[in-house]
Amino acid sequence: MATGRTGWMKKIINDLKKSIDKNRPPNTINIMEVCGTHTMAISRSGLRQLLPDELNLISGPGCPVCVTSNRDIDHIIGIIRDYPVTLFTFGDMIRVPGTDSSLQLEKSRGKDVRICYSPMDAFDYAKKNPDREVVFIAIGFETTAPLTAVLIKRAYGEDLKNFHIFNTHKLVPPALELLLLDKEINIDAFLCPGHVSAIIGSIPYQFIADKYNIPCVISGFEPVDILESLDMILGQYNKGRASVQIQYDRVVKPEGNPTAAALIEEVFEPADSFWRGIGNLPLTGLKLRDRYMRFDAAVLFPVKTIDSKEPPGCKCGDVLKGILKPFECRLFARACTPENPVGPCMVSSEGSCAAYYKYERTKI
Amino acid sequence: MSKKFTDDIIQLSHGDGGLKTSKLISGLILDHIGNKILNKLEDSAVLADINSKLAFTTDSFVVNPIFFPGGDIGKLSICGTINDLATTGCIPLALSLSFIIEEGFKIKDLKKILQSIKKVTDECKISIVTGDTKVVERGSADKLFINTSGIGAIGKNISISPSNIMKGDKIIINGGIAEHGISVINSRNNFNFSSDIISDCAPLHSLVQDMLKVSKNIHCLRDATRGGIATVLIELAKISNCRIDIYENKIPVKKEVLGICEFLGMDPLYIANEGKMIAFVRSDEANIVLEAMKKNKYGGESCIIGEVSKKGKNNLVLNTQLGTKRILDLLYSEQLPRIC
Repeated sequence: MATGRTGWMKKIINDLKKSIDKNRPPNTINIMEVCGTHTMAISRSGLRQLLPDELNLISGPGCPVCVTSNRDIDHIIGIIRDYPVTLFTFGDMIRVPGTDSSLQLEKSRGKDVRICYSPMDAFDYAKKNPDREVVFIAIGFETTAPLTAVLIKRAYGEDLKNFHIFNTHKLVPPALELLLLDKEINIDAFLCPGHVSAIIGSIPYQFIADKYNIPCVISGFEPVDILESLDMILGQYNKGRASVQIQYDRVVKPEGNPTAAALIEEVFEPADSFWRGIGNLPLTGLKLRDRYMRFDAAVLFPVKTIDSKEPPGCKCGDVLKGILKPFECRLFARACTPENPVGPCMVSSEGSCAAYYKYERTKI
Repeated sequence: MSKKFTDDIIQLSHGDGGLKTSKLISGLILDHIGNKILNKLEDSAVLADINSKLAFTTDSFVVNPIFFPGGDIGKLSICGTINDLATTGCIPLALSLSFIIEEGFKIKDLKKILQSIKKVTDECKISIVTGDTKVVERGSADKLFINTSGIGAIGKNISISPSNIMKGDKIIINGGIAEHGISVINSRNNFNFSSDIISDCAPLHSLVQDMLKVSKNIHCLRDATRGGIATVLIELAKISNCRIDIYENKIPVKKEVLGICEFLGMDPLYIANEGKMIAFVRSDEANIVLEAMKKNKYGGESCIIGEVSKKGKNNLVLNTQLGTKRILDLLYSEQLPRIC
């Protein structure tokens, strides 16, 4: 947009493009952008048009909505059907289809489902309406977990009895290791998430470089950030030496944000977590520590066992693992569109399928 | 203000056609926007002989909140219809105005809205010649809905229509985009962004008249309201069966608007404007039109943002600052409901 930054930016972009061209590897390499915001930025800016064919950017499991399992969605739907609660959720979750309904559909049927922009909205509502049970869907990686932790601590301190979370928080670094161990997936480098790393720093990725010799670069979200990060990845790759570099150093420090990390540590402990289409991954999630367990909506509001099923034909799991590109799924842009999404990757504004559908479906 | 009308809230009886209705109309509404024709309170307005082609349009307004930085539902309802008329190049002649008011609505808010209607109709030198007022039970409407219709006279030899769009036409806009939508969402959601973004809500017929004075080759005009400039241009690419190219680094958008859009994950190209006209002008006259627009009160920031590049490819292509291209598609769900 015309905001007066065009001249110098063009030069930086050209310089980076030249450098990437010069450093292009002899064979195709797979670089996984872990974060959904990166996927969106790459598709939206048309960045692939600037890259040599040898750089194959594949999307990873870094869209929180996309990796939320069907059985979690079904459980949340079960809660609002069976209990008189007010449910607060971020907007993206509302359209994700569960096995036989979605939050949007339940809202239309009269259930009290509200979209919020901040978890504080749910907290404030609970305080103002002590007679109403309030459930907030706590979703996201290390980026949003500190916010949830703050609210849980406050609710605990203020002895707020009607505020609960349905916890689906997940962790990035252990999930990356599990992807590396999957023989179906061939990852040569990681473009690591900027926001998650602002909290955890660069150290938690070090094992990926040390143990697996996979280059990692923590990247910002502007197209120039991503180009520079790709150039840094090629620098490592061509030397055959893997390390963890921070391109997004205006935000990310090696030690991260110790205060936020300590909050996560205080309120949560690592636990197994169900990832959409991937299954149960050991120690890739967070659960509330025992003293805060009374805020856990899943415990407080049990529902009948649900036979959660993935929609037939949906390849979200393979898309999330980077095995398939969205347009390699047979449902993509046919049975599955943003208007009638089959899987969550088509719903979320950070989903790979939504990004490809919106920005890369039609060739110019 | 009349001393006759002292009620402080709207009651159902203000809409039942009886004494209270009469007092509301005579004591409050006519007191603000009355004129020779409206004051007759006849079922139909009778207009003088009009010897030209007519433009006729209607629009309903349900914005939430009804007061927002830079305007309110009253100003919006007049500007919206004036601008729809303006896209034909006509001179607006007369408007209708209908209120649907929720029981319990504050009279002081209705006064504010009538004052703002008065201000903008005075500026446009146009009269409201007919109208209606209904009151519905509490909960049956959200505070106040307004419908306006308008007619205008189209001068001889003026033909402005998407079917006139031609390869080579330059696309001009009269200033920064997305300000209305962002101002409304900012006032709706208590985000507490410390910004002074105000709605661009404005009547644009004088701008159009200034453009028509300098060029006979203005092929098409559209006000880029709901869905923003992208939606309007996609529709026009389809109707005219042309490929339209726009340039990211030429599209004017305030830094604050861009900042809030990025924060909320919204695309300013798809966000509503209420005072932005998009013009397709034959390329050799684009600069004269641009200069005329810049001299108008509502066109100081006018600029060329793209052109019609090919016949037969009905796409809208965004040329990004990176030097890449991407096709802009219609949004599959609204970014913001009840924006106008």
